[in-house]
Amino acid sequence: MSEFFKSSSLSSSPSDMAAKKEAVMNGVRSEIALASAQELINKTNEKCFAKCIAKPGTSLSSSEETCLSRCLERYLETFNVISKTYSARLSREREQRQLNQI
Amino acid sequence: MDNVKFDEATQKELTTFLEREQAQARINSTVHNLTSMCWDKCVTGTPGSRFARGEESCLLNCVDRFMDTSLFIIKTIEGQRSQQS
Repeated sequence: MSEFFKSSSLSSSPSDMAAKKEAVMNGVRSEIALASAQELINKTNEKCFAKCIAKPGTSLSSSEETCLSRCLERYLETFNVISKTYSARLSREREQRQLNQI
Repeated sequence: MDNVKFDEATQKELTTFLEREQAQARINSTVHNLTSMCWDKCVTGTPGSRFARGEESCLLNCVDRFMDTSLFIIKTIEGQRSQQS
């Protein structure tokens, strides 16, 4: 009985476990990164289509393409600005809470 | 490697890791939403090679005012409730 218990709970070798742990973590990280990138691409597509393609023609005109590439740049810039100001706000609020607790 | 079993310490470590990643993912998703909202509100012109002056300052203020709005709404509702009771 004790022998059975031992063998069933016996963990795999530490190096296997560490390798698998790393694999799981990297998998999670890359899935999250991929989902975020897809979200950004979809949003950009939606926003820039709305802004640049007033009336869809038989193909993209060169002025539409210019608008799209500038729009893409501006949307990414917006994302960065918002990301920066949001995390600044979060850390300010965290500091405030810590001060209030003292 | 599929049949590798994690010991207790590693399971705990992975749980902490997942919680942290989930929290980060929530923040990230909020940033996506705020970006979309602030873009609609602030970037009104045809996209140029840089932001117009008004657009940039609007974006810089957008997040803080949104969160102030949320706090204000909560405070107002709480105030009304305490008056009623």
